[in-house]
Amino acid sequence: MELNGYAQSSARLDATFAALADPTRRAILARLAKGAASVTDLAEPFAMSQPAISKHLKVLEQAGLISRGRDAQRRPRRLEARPLRDATQWLEHYRQFWEAQFQRLDALLHELQTSGETTRKKKVRSQKKNALKGDKQ
Amino acid sequence: MKNGETFNITAHADREIVVTRLFDAPRPLVFDAYTQPALVKRWLLGPDGWSMPVCEIDLRPGGKYRYVWRSDSDGREMGMGGVYREVVAPDRVVFTEVFDEAWYPGEAVDTIVLVERDGKTTLTQTILYNSRETRDAVLKSPMQTGLTASFDRLENLFPALGREALSA
Repeated sequence: MELNGYAQSSARLDATFAALADPTRRAILARLAKGAASVTDLAEPFAMSQPAISKHLKVLEQAGLISRGRDAQRRPRRLEARPLRDATQWLEHYRQFWEAQFQRLDALLHELQTSGETTRKKKVRSQKKNALKGDKQ
Repeated sequence: MKNGETFNITAHADREIVVTRLFDAPRPLVFDAYTQPALVKRWLLGPDGWSMPVCEIDLRPGGKYRYVWRSDSDGREMGMGGVYREVVAPDRVVFTEVFDEAWYPGEAVDTIVLVERDGKTTLTQTILYNSRETRDAVLKSPMQTGLTASFDRLENLFPALGREALSA
């Protein structure tokens, strides 16, 4: 991947995560997930002034998470799915990498528990017994 | 084990990644698998097609560890290491991590906590980076460094994990 491309997508990802870091902005996105809404509609449930809401909307807009509709009067905001999808995709790649490691660990743990290693087996058994008795450690 | 319920990765707060995973094994066994070189070498192999020729662990506060992975196809190596800050067997380990070819700035601090219930163990690994930018760059990394592999073939690898590796 080109360094420039990396920097660009990295900056975009930064903006997405930064925008998502705020609970009010997440609530706004949750509301917009149900459909487009005007600034007035969006301000209503938050007990916030319209300028305060507008500030949050600006951050979301700059992160590309929302866009404005064409209706000149209401300028309804709508959710843009793409950056959110990108952000979760990065997490998904990270997840896949670790799941690969963990699946091997599952197999190893299973093998250790069922293998003929006597000492290991005894240890595991006493652990299980303790766990059943509820007096761990 | 069904992934949805037992495995989770989230970007937490500004600088953290939190990994949780349920293992069908008692806690001391999971702890050993995370801290004994002969066992770590059998599962922490990185992407498909890589092995772990170096795994040194000095498991005590102030002790160092060193991991090196090698690509089977072209011999490329990737190393990392750090220092243990806390070791409380079998439930808690805190250590730093730095990669040789630093693809993110500074060192991260890993906290691993193991909790056992009904013979199953929940791992919670919190990785604290030095900035949000770093954390977000790491989330990108598996794709960025070309480490994405076909994990479909993973199951075929299990039988290949031979007896020699276990007795090593």
